[in-house]
Amino acid sequence: MTVAATTSDLPVSRPAEAVAYNYAVVRRFTVATVIWALVGMGAGVILAAQLSFPMFNLEPYLTFGRLRPLHTSIIVFGFGGNALIATSLYVVQRTCRARLWGGPVLAEFTFWGFQAFLIMAGVGYLMGATQVKEFAEPEWWADLWLLVVWVAYLAIYLGTILKRKEPHIYVANWFYLAFIITVAVLHVVNNVAVPECLTCTGSYSLYAGVQDAMIQWWYGHNIVGFLLTAGFIGMMYYFLPKQAERPVWSYRMSVLHFWALIFIYIWAGPHHLHYTALPEWTQTLGMVFSIMLWMPSWGGMINGIMTVSGAWHKLRTDPILRFLLVAVAFYGMSTFEGPLLALKPVNALSHFTDWTIGHVHSGALGWVGFMAFGSLYHMVPRLVGKPLHSLKLVEWHFWLASIGLILYITAMWVSGVSQGLMWKAYDEYGFLKYTFGESVAAMHPYYVVRLAGGLFYLAGGILFAWNLAMTAWGRPSKSAAVADRSFTASEEGRA
Amino acid sequence: MNHALIERSGRVLLILIFFIISIGGLVQIVPLFTNESTVEVVDTVRPYTPLELVGQDIFRREGCMACHSQMIRPFRDEVDRYGHYSIAAESQYDHPFYWGTKRTGPDLARVGGKYSNEWHVAHLRDPRSVAPESVMPSYAFLSDRLLDPSTIKRKFRTLAMVNVPYKGVHIAEAPADLVAQGTPNADVDGLLQRYPNARTGDFDGQPDRLTEMDAVVAYLQSLGTHVDFSTLDAAGQGPRAASQNGKRGTS
Repeated sequence: MTVAATTSDLPVSRPAEAVAYNYAVVRRFTVATVIWALVGMGAGVILAAQLSFPMFNLEPYLTFGRLRPLHTSIIVFGFGGNALIATSLYVVQRTCRARLWGGPVLAEFTFWGFQAFLIMAGVGYLMGATQVKEFAEPEWWADLWLLVVWVAYLAIYLGTILKRKEPHIYVANWFYLAFIITVAVLHVVNNVAVPECLTCTGSYSLYAGVQDAMIQWWYGHNIVGFLLTAGFIGMMYYFLPKQAERPVWSYRMSVLHFWALIFIYIWAGPHHLHYTALPEWTQTLGMVFSIMLWMPSWGGMINGIMTVSGAWHKLRTDPILRFLLVAVAFYGMSTFEGPLLALKPVNALSHFTDWTIGHVHSGALGWVGFMAFGSLYHMVPRLVGKPLHSLKLVEWHFWLASIGLILYITAMWVSGVSQGLMWKAYDEYGFLKYTFGESVAAMHPYYVVRLAGGLFYLAGGILFAWNLAMTAWGRPSKSAAVADRSFTASEEGRA
Repeated sequence: MNHALIERSGRVLLILIFFIISIGGLVQIVPLFTNESTVEVVDTVRPYTPLELVGQDIFRREGCMACHSQMIRPFRDEVDRYGHYSIAAESQYDHPFYWGTKRTGPDLARVGGKYSNEWHVAHLRDPRSVAPESVMPSYAFLSDRLLDPSTIKRKFRTLAMVNVPYKGVHIAEAPADLVAQGTPNADVDGLLQRYPNARTGDFDGQPDRLTEMDAVVAYLQSLGTHVDFSTLDAAGQGPRAASQNGKRGTS
């Protein structure tokens, strides 16, 4: 199936003074994205197996408790973070028509520094070093290191914007910039801790109890809100119009939903703490802003989906565009489900159950995963100046990932609601109807279905890695997308 | 307003983003430190003993709160299953907090005193020997790891820096208290004076050794035991603890 689907670079008139972009560092971050994606998904599959069959726990280092933060951190920062840095450094150069600020040394430092952080974090968890605050588990020494790396990243990104040759800052860059700044603020505030000693791995959080809980979920919710949402919307605003070869649907909508999204998101954290010892007023604020958040979220979704208007027919033949569009659809679904779960009466049932896990994964597998896959399938051929190895494999990846995703989230919906109902059930004598153990036993079939879903998704991920590796280092297959002028290295100004 | 002003200047964009994203956090977080009603004052809530603290650190190291919450919500079923709902004072010395977000296993906020030490040891060594449906990993290795009393002083000093009320005597006596609490027939008068109602004796079934299992069980046995809700009721500070049904169905 030789289609023109990936030949989406519009035949633009190149400026006379072609800028030599730094693609070397983008390529490195892209390779890292793929490797960490497989590590993170693989860890997820092991965790799913452990919950289905506890014999897969190998004490002391490979137990569920130590592997879980490895899975979440590697997916959020290893897969999501590297994908964001790779695409943001690609997008910022092209939309600003400027080479990366700070030169190759700073860029290389950011790359190796960020990978070093991920290794410190992951190995630390397996050895037992953890702050236990979700998505902020790395201990103080890794946190300080990440701060240095993040400042370097911000400097490169902002420096490139400041020296741009385009009068306007393109909308994707607003979202990327908001993501970089906010993650820095969240990271600094949430991780304030006093180390046991300067050579000790352990530390104690400056905050305790209720204040620590509020700061952690202000952080945790906005890692989702700014890293996995705002940053990925930046990705959407570049790669979806590019692949669809259509302009962004509404400029005004993008302005509105950008400011509304970043203002409102930051308030939604307390919905992770409904009915806890957190004061009622904070919970109510969190709930109200979570519901308000629905509107800017859907503003972004509508703007993304409508951008494909006029190119709907391409969805039949272009699995890359399909990845990008289905990602936006899952974004819409997850950001509807989120406010629903943030309603206190719904949360009374859903909190502490697998429903939350299902919600997270419809966002992580559906929105974040599909958006990253689609963007990398678009970007890698342009980074290496060769057509994509195989569109047929992209097609296979799409369906494997879709099946895995559906199995995963439906299993978690059923198990989550069942748990909530079983825990709250009373018998006719006024006693609790089920022991906790009975609810655990009842979850077994759903956990096995979840494991199957994870295996499907991982299988798709392996095809993804294979396809990109063959694009970069192998020979084009019969179904490769050929004859795209923009793949030639000279035109892309490879560094 | 003309948005072009913003999208033509990286500096203006940077400053505006920073300003906009700061508001929500400031409004929600700062009052929790300044508003005195955020955490009730309950005299009986005390900091952890050295042995309990080491146990909490092992609980942290193993990532136990990935599956076990320590936050009972004010619902009939939760109060029946786990006991009186949690209040903020009970986690005021937890750096970080251990409320959790997921119950793959049951809540542990009031597990203290519900089971015997022997049950906990058997459960941690082989969860399915006492709870056949359990999917918990086994933690038999805890019984083989001896505690090192030399690190407890610096842990206490660090916690004192973040406002846990460990005084000079707590820190000075910490290594001795650590050993005394887990050793049968030790002199625990000083320990009990500093930490009222602490459980003492052998926890792990190995009276001659002080292991990580001792620490974890001591920590679990202390959870939720610091507030006597019957006295709080008399003072009108909270509703009565739920019926004895609370012991049902927690396995």
